[in-house]
Amino acid sequence: MGKIIAGIGSSHVPAAGAAFDQGKQEAPEWKPLFDGYRPAMEWLREARIDVAIFIYNDHGSDFFFDKYPTFAMGVAESYAPADEGWGPRPLAPVPGDPEFSWHMAESLIRESEFDMTVCQELSVDHGLLTPLPMLWSHEPRWDIRVVPVAVNVVQHPLPTARRLWKLGQALRLAVESYPRDIRVAVLGTGGLSHQLHGERFGFRNEEWDRRFMDRIVTRPDELVELSHHDYMVQGGAEAVEMIMWLGMRGAMSSEVRLVHENYYAPMLTGMGLLLLEDTANS
Amino acid sequence: MSETQADPERIEGTYVFDGAHSRRGYRLNKFFFSLNRAENRAAFKEDAEALMDRFGLSDWEKGRIREKDWLALAREGGANIYFMYKMGSVTGDSLQHIGAAFRGETLEEFLNTRKVQGAR
Repeated sequence: MGKIIAGIGSSHVPAAGAAFDQGKQEAPEWKPLFDGYRPAMEWLREARIDVAIFIYNDHGSDFFFDKYPTFAMGVAESYAPADEGWGPRPLAPVPGDPEFSWHMAESLIRESEFDMTVCQELSVDHGLLTPLPMLWSHEPRWDIRVVPVAVNVVQHPLPTARRLWKLGQALRLAVESYPRDIRVAVLGTGGLSHQLHGERFGFRNEEWDRRFMDRIVTRPDELVELSHHDYMVQGGAEAVEMIMWLGMRGAMSSEVRLVHENYYAPMLTGMGLLLLEDTANS
Repeated sequence: MSETQADPERIEGTYVFDGAHSRRGYRLNKFFFSLNRAENRAAFKEDAEALMDRFGLSDWEKGRIREKDWLALAREGGANIYFMYKMGSVTGDSLQHIGAAFRGETLEEFLNTRKVQGAR
């Protein structure tokens, strides 16, 4: 059967993706970020992860407000990098896993009553692509298959933090009911504190970010209780996307081990990375 | 749904993108969304007015875009930042330029509030 091996929380700042493409891994302003991902990448390679489920959001790249799904998921053979306005990133399309994805859709919709919008064509933006090549090799080819799970954290009303937690639990059921032996990582991307609009632009809260990263491991129930308003007051309006980390944590067992973490906040956004091992499965 | 001073949920300097904003900003955001396509970016650079007309923008919307009044577009126009920020691909304004304008600062003034100015 499928097993959840790891959970990862990661920011998805687009400027980091651009810096990656420009080869700025050793530049002093970016080195503390990229160095922070290397131990995670090595650990994941040794953990031989087959599939990464990405709980992420689209940023006006593929979905428009004509039809805006609260929860959508990909079932495609592959996912092309989106053109977000500056041309697509120079990365190969990311392989999917249609058989497992359709199983996930069956399990989520029929067993867990999560009414996903099912997408056979989907381009992916920085919500997924910023962390992906920092965690899995893309040369000479992608060393991972992905299932994108897109969440509306842009147009209110948004799903609640508790709903994300339940989505994570439903993802675990879907993985564990898959008959093939696949090793799965679940990712929640986004955050940490940042506000990108209005006079409050540039707001950041390092203390909140660090508390959040601690509570995700030790007391996620406290974070599940918080309202969108709480997240926006503490972290900035756009930091409400941090609820996607709860989707990751909800997919893990109660027995987790903190493998690695990193935090760097040079500019607009507190950029966090958290790698958890699911010790119930190790 | 729109924020008022009496709203206990109101956060200063914040315009939560809800149904009222999305409805008001629909054409505007659709116009920004069109900049995901290379041919529309080229069309903007060729004749910005023609592209704005093609998307049916109002005189007020066109005026605020010409003036780069990002704050008015977000606050009154219903522009969503993830969509509006794509304007930078055709005007050359970075997110930091737009953000400095939100705060009523120059780019330099804003960058001086940051720890590592090169990380953008």
